[in-house]
Formats: sequence, C-alpha cells, structure tokens
Amino acid sequence: MKAAPLLSVENLTVRFPGATNWFGQVTSQVHAVNNVDLCVLPGESLGIVGESGCGKSTLVQAVIGLVRLTSGRVLVDGHDFAGANGTLKRDLRQKMQIVFQDPQSSLDPRLPVWRLITEPLHIRGGMPAAALRARAEELAVSVGLRSDQLDRLPHEFSGGQRQRIAIARALSTDPELLILDEPTSALDVSVQAQIINLLLKLQRELGLSYLFISHDVSLVRHFCDRVAVMYLGQIVETGPAEAVFDDPAHPYTRTLLASVPSLENSLPDVDASLTGELPNNRRLPAGCYYRERCRSAVPGCELPQALLAVPKANAESAPRHQARCCLHMPA
Amino acid sequence: MVAINPEDQSAAGRVPKRSRLHFLWYLTRRSPLTLVGLLIITLLVIMIVGAPFIAPYDPNKVMLSARLMPPSAAHWFGTDEVGRDLFSRVIYGSRASCGAAFMIVLISMSIGVFLGCLSGIVGGVFDSAMMRIMDVVLALPALVLAMALAAALGPSLFNSMLAVAIVRIPAYVRLARGQTLSLRERVFVKASRTFGASNLYILRWHMLPNALSPLIVQATLDLGGIVLIAAALSFIGLGAQPPTAEWGALVSSGRSFILDQWWYGTFPGLAILVTAMGCNLLGDGIRDMLDPRLGTR
Amino acid sequence: MTAHSVQRPHALSIENLSLEFPTYAGAVKALDGVTIKVGNAEIVGLVGESGCGKSVSTMAATRLLPEGRYKITQGSIRLFGRDPMAMDEEELQQVRGKLVSTIFQEPMNALNPTIRIGQQLVSVIRRHEALGRKAAEAVAVNILADMLIPEPARIMQAYPFELSGGMRQRVLIAMAFSCNPGLIIADEPTTALDVTVQAAILRLIQGRARRTGTSVVFISHNIAVVSQICDRLYIMYAGRIVESGPTRAVLDRPQHPYTRALLRCLPERVRPKEPLESIPGTVPNLLDPPPGCFYRPRCPEADARCMEKPHSTALPGGQAVSCWQRAGHPSHPSSEVPS
Repeated sequence: MKAAPLLSVENLTVRFPGATNWFGQVTSQVHAVNNVDLCVLPGESLGIVGESGCGKSTLVQAVIGLVRLTSGRVLVDGHDFAGANGTLKRDLRQKMQIVFQDPQSSLDPRLPVWRLITEPLHIRGGMPAAALRARAEELAVSVGLRSDQLDRLPHEFSGGQRQRIAIARALSTDPELLILDEPTSALDVSVQAQIINLLLKLQRELGLSYLFISHDVSLVRHFCDRVAVMYLGQIVETGPAEAVFDDPAHPYTRTLLASVPSLENSLPDVDASLTGELPNNRRLPAGCYYRERCRSAVPGCELPQALLAVPKANAESAPRHQARCCLHMPA
Repeated sequence: MVAINPEDQSAAGRVPKRSRLHFLWYLTRRSPLTLVGLLIITLLVIMIVGAPFIAPYDPNKVMLSARLMPPSAAHWFGTDEVGRDLFSRVIYGSRASCGAAFMIVLISMSIGVFLGCLSGIVGGVFDSAMMRIMDVVLALPALVLAMALAAALGPSLFNSMLAVAIVRIPAYVRLARGQTLSLRERVFVKASRTFGASNLYILRWHMLPNALSPLIVQATLDLGGIVLIAAALSFIGLGAQPPTAEWGALVSSGRSFILDQWWYGTFPGLAILVTAMGCNLLGDGIRDMLDPRLGTR
Repeated sequence: MTAHSVQRPHALSIENLSLEFPTYAGAVKALDGVTIKVGNAEIVGLVGESGCGKSVSTMAATRLLPEGRYKITQGSIRLFGRDPMAMDEEELQQVRGKLVSTIFQEPMNALNPTIRIGQQLVSVIRRHEALGRKAAEAVAVNILADMLIPEPARIMQAYPFELSGGMRQRVLIAMAFSCNPGLIIADEPTTALDVTVQAAILRLIQGRARRTGTSVVFISHNIAVVSQICDRLYIMYAGRIVESGPTRAVLDRPQHPYTRALLRCLPERVRPKEPLESIPGTVPNLLDPPPGCFYRPRCPEADARCMEKPHSTALPGGQAVSCWQRAGHPSHPSSEVPS
C-alpha cells in the first residue's frame, strides 16, 4: 500500500567548522542540522517550517548536494545521492531539481531566457541548439510565459515572471521532485498567489512531489500535505498539515502559530518565549533544545527528547503525528 | 526601502526603447564629463586611424630651411630643430604612444584575467602561491623594471612595453580573482552546480561574461595611466627610439629648447595630458553607468 | 501659521502630493495626488506592494529622499504644522530627532558597527536633551528595559554585531523612542525578522506609542501585520491612495477592488490546496501610466467611466475610496467579503 519514498533523508547531520585555532584545527563547530529524518512520497508536498537559523536552508543545500553531509544519507529513488557518480548521478539529478528563493539572483543576468530555461539540458549535453530552443518554448508556455519573450534578458521581467523562468528551468529535465526554497518570499502577495497557483496546477498535471521550505506558516498550511517544524536544526514536530496546525503538540509550534500575523487575531502577549534569544548552536543544549524558552518546561525536559507519536483520540492520524516533547508522552 | 529606487518601479512594465541620440542627450545632461571623455577618445581614434590624411606633412621630412619655426598657419604647432612639422609628428605620435598603451593593457589584461580566474577557481595552495607572486610583482616599480630590461635586452619600445605590462598584471589578477570568488557564491552559479555543471562550464558561461564589465572599466582607467608611463619611458630614452615620432620622446627632445622655443615640448605634452584625462573621464563615466545603484544606463 | 485654528495640527499631513523622479527614460511618477493625515496619538498603516510609493511619501515628509533627485510637482507636506520643504539643514536635524524618528527595515545599516550600543543611545539622547552623561545612561537603560531587552546594562556595553537581528531592531526602536518624538515612522520594521520576534516588536511599538501618546506611521507590504497594530489604514497602489479608513472597516468591508483582491490573495482566507485569488497582469509602468484609474487594466469591475481618474469619495464610517464603481453607491450590496 505504502509507496516507496521518492526522497528520503536518514539521520542527516551537518556541522560547519565554527572557529579554528592557530594550527588550523577546528576548535568549535556550528551544529546546523542535527539528525534529521524525513521522506517525501510520490505526489505529495512536504513543508518544512521554521525561523531563520533553524537549519532549513542548510538541510535543503545538503539534500541537493551544495553542502557536504557530516553524517547520514540522502536517498533519491532508493539510491544514495551523495555517493553516486557517473550516469547514475546524472540520472538522479534529473529527478530532483531546485527553485531558489530570489529569482533575481538565481538567474544569470547575462543569459537570455531560453538559455536559462534549458541550462540543465545544456549542461547534460547532446541536444542541438534548435532542440533546446523548442524545449524552452514548450516549458515557457507551460509556466505562463509567452514564446516571444525567449530572447529577453532576466532584468526585463518582473519578479513573478522571473520566478516562472526559474520554475521552467527546474522542470526542464522532467523531474519528479521539486525542492522549493522559499519560492515566494521575495515576491509581493498578489504575485505570490500567482506562483502558488502555478505550482499547484503543475502538481496536479505532472504529479510532482514538492519539498517546500518556508517561514510563512499560513502558506505552508495552504500548500502542503505534511509538515515538519524545525527548531535549532532538529525536527520538533511532524505530521499531516491539519493535525500539526490545528492541534499543535510541541510548545514551540504553539508559539510559532500564535505569532503568525493574522487579519482576525490580535497580537499575542509578549512573554519570555518571544523575547528570548535563540540558543547558540555552537554548543547544543542538553535535553530538549527548546527548554530555556519554554513556558511549560517541567522536570524531565533536561533529558534528551525523542520524536514520538502524539497520542490522539482520532487513532487514524495518530501514528503520523509526532512531536519531540515529553509532555505528550505517556510516562 | 525598495520604493525609493526609481528603477524598481519601471521593472514591472517595459521601459520604452530610446534612440542613440537620446542617450547622448541624457549623457550631456547627467554627466557632461563622460561626454568630454568620449569626445577626446573618439578624436584620438580618428587621429590614429586617419593620421596620413590629417597630417599636412610627412612627419620625418627634414626641412633645414624651416628650423625651429614658431606656430603659424603653415605649421600649426611650429617645427623642430631639423624643420620637421610638429603638428604632423604629434598626430603620428599618437600611433606609437596609444598603440603601445593599448598593447600593454591587452597583454596584461589577458594574462591577468586568465591567472586570476584560475586562482579563484582552483583555490588552495595554488591560489596562495599565486597571490604571493603577484605581491612580489606589485612591489616592482615599472620604471626600474623597464631600466633593467633595457639594460639586459637593449632599449626599445617593445621591451619597455613588456616591462609595463608585467607590472600591470597583478591588478588584473586581483580583480579577476575577486570577481571569481564573489561570483562563486552567487545563487545562479550554485544553481548551475546543482544541475551538474563543471568548473569549466561555469567559467565559460557564468564567470567570464559577468566579470567582464568591471574589467573593462579597469582597463579604460588604466589606459590613461599607461599612456603616461609609456611617455615617461620614452622621455628617459628607454622607449621609442629616434626618429620615431612618439609623444614622450618629443617632449624629451623639446626639453632642451623649452626656454626659447616653448612650442616644441608643450604641444606633445598637451597631447599626453589630454589623452590621459580623456581615458580617465571615460573610465569613470563607464564605471558610474555600470554601477547598478546608479541605474543600468 | 495656524494660529487662528483651535485644533492642534496633525502630526503629519500630506495634502494632494505628487512627486516624480527624473530618470534616463523619463519622469517616474512615484506619487500622484497622495493625501495622508496622521492625527495625534494615532497609529496609521500604509500598505501596498513594492514600488507603490509608501516609503517615498514618508521619506519625502522627512526630507530623506536624495536631494536633487526628485521633484515635487504639486501638493504640500506639514509636520506638526511646519513645512519640511522650507527648513534648512539645522532645523531638519532638530526636527528629525526631536519631533520625528524613523525606524528602518535593516537595523544593521542604521547602527554604527564600531561604537557600543550604550554610547550610541546616550549620544542620541544628549543631542536632544540637556542631560548629563550619567542621567542619559540611566534613561537609556530604562528605555532598553522597556523594550523587554534582557540585561539592559550588559547590552549597553555590546557592539551591534554581537546582537541578533531582533535585538538590534529593538535597540533601534528604543533609540527612536528615546527622545519622546511626537511621530515615529516605522518603515517595514519587522520585514527582516522572524514571526515570533515580529509579534514581540509589534507589541512593543504599540504599547510604547499608546503610553506616550506618540503617533506612528507603520509602513508594510503585509496587510495582516498592519491590521494588528493600526487604528487606520491607507491602501496604496501605483503611487495613489486607493482606499483609506478605520482598520476593521477596511478589512471587513473593503470597497476598492484592489483592496479586495489583496485580501483574497492571502492563503489565510482560502481552503488548503484551493487556488488563491491572484491579480492578473502587473503593476503599471510609472514612466507611462495608463489614463484614468491605474487599477483599471487589472480590474474585473472596470467600465467606461474608469477611463477618467477617480476622486476620493468619503463613505460613512470614516472610509474613503477612489473608485468610480463605489462613487454612486456608498453601500454597495456585494461589498461584504466572505471570510
């Protein structure tokens, strides 16, 4: 019944050297991503929510191969992505493409649109220019650009159109999974709506899977089937979008949801959980990472927390909704 | 903060295309000095290309009957000690002086950009070694190196050009390396890597095209300084050898007559001054125009 | 002078202001007949997408636009009844610190990276108030504590780079409030920050302004953020005010088609996975804007009347809208937005 995951991340950890001594030895490390497990099934959207510094961008870069993994594995279609090379690597690359946050910087300002869109194919090689152009035209139309715009340069387009170009580029290799790294946060709301609608339409038509990274909780709730909430490089809560957002189990998720600006709610009261600083990720806290800012911290929080199923009256979604908080665990 | 930038507002709609004439008019209004620079360089190019048509006399024709004549209708800049027409010599001198400067920039820029990009991409020990070597080269004064080369290989325009070119390489290496390093972190280069692009691909399609404009600005600004250095080398006798008409050499021979025949050294000197100024004005103008904060045109 | 007037002058009053930037390609008409009134102790929001002129209008009012790069073609500005355009540099310095403070989006650019936080705060306070060093330091510590900054005494000794973005922004807000200005202009102060920090900062600005009776102009592209702290809203589009009114009224009964579309774009009011309402087309080119209503090319309700420029029509309840479709019928039957 359960389909094989398209992407699965197993126990992924990324550390950067934080400081070095005079001899070039690393004396402290930045713990960017700590033991993250996640998987994306065919046709589903997994959202990763978290604030700046929570490690969501590093996680994405590690998955796509821009950052070296410290430990753990990234499997694409069951094959180890980081360890692959040759034609296997090439084939795996085709399956997974990325759309970056700011289309202004993710498109080379000196290349015309058709070259930008077909860059992954151009790099792969073996296609004549005429075929690349024809493919570019086809892709441009599918994301809502006009075919007479193919010879223009990126600066002649608005932000939303540029992001369409970036999406067309990601689609050029017929991928099965798109990684969307804050794809609309550089855009205005009305344009954001256009891009989100386009992505939803593409998903319906092409059966794409999405790994959607965002700090915008209401957008993730709208867009994703499942979500993972990250805090300090760790997944603190994960589950179906409605379960996590309507009935958050982790205190951090609750604070996050309460802070989301909304047309209906008034401002939340300010307390320590809002004013405190994010702990330093050079030295990880013992026990629960959120303990120092947590309003409901109790004895027991100083022990390491495991990601465990949240007990639910509704047994159906119970095993899939997990949180890393001892308050919810049967003693 | 976005709203203050007038360009941003036009980004959404299409900016209407304007004619070349409009561009010149805009330049006159916003930056008349750039226009002056452009004018000087244009005149200079016309001079270099059309020297035989503009010069009224053969620059090397000796006319002992007309020695050291002051400026007149027949000889606009006067004549020298063997009666050669100075105006013609200044016109022809632009070929030697500016041609040399241009060659120097071309040589140092191509070597410098190649080494700089290589250094930026390869990195590590190679990069460190390269930068140290460049520090050493940077410490060499152009004139001293030129003298050493002249002493070893004999004085000639080519040898002094070589000396100046070598000394100018580090500037381009540093600039190209800096560009490469900053471009390497740009998102579109990272995107290219996720598509499986090799270093060579990124260098060819992303780095060179994007690094080019600051390099061109640097080259234009350099040109002015190099015209001065080339003239200085000829002035001290290490560059163009007589009877070649060259500005620095002309000033040098005019020096002995400066008290009684002021025109001899003055006009070639003015030519050097105006050329150097023209290059600097144009270079500054191009830099301002390419600066994204000041608008793209 | 408004000596004969019994009312105190508005904190900020921008009247029918039009402003353009001359560029290579022609004049960019950044503002076109903008009228904004900010009363005393009032928190007013300015909402619109990038390039709509929301920052330009307040920067014009405080003369922070680059001198000589813009041209005011009509209208007037009054800051507490005085004309900033007529002030010399010295008066402006006085006004900027004492009467009006601005909080910008990027706090790192507004703080000197080489000077300790405390010293920067103290020098701002002492520039505008006759206080000794010790007294000014005490005031500074108090204000920092007011901004819920933990260990204010330690923060006073810190350099800007040692603080997180949220902390720096709180220091800047403290700085802005330090001289008890009558008006604070907050230009996207929370856009670069995380939502949890944003919530705290909005609370702080609101609380402090209410307690001291300071007027605030809050500029944001995020209508939800603005709606949480503002009494009244101005919605801007392409350099014009399209709608204004009390926050609740504008949110519950938006009159202008643009305001409605803006509210429907938000995922908050739509069921998951349903298409969001998006606005077709793009913002008009301000070098060469279309005739009549600027929103007409994207507006589903446009008709022949819209070829002429609409005036602002006052509606009951303090709302005003610039739209021909609402001019005749103040209580349009379809004006309720299903939520």
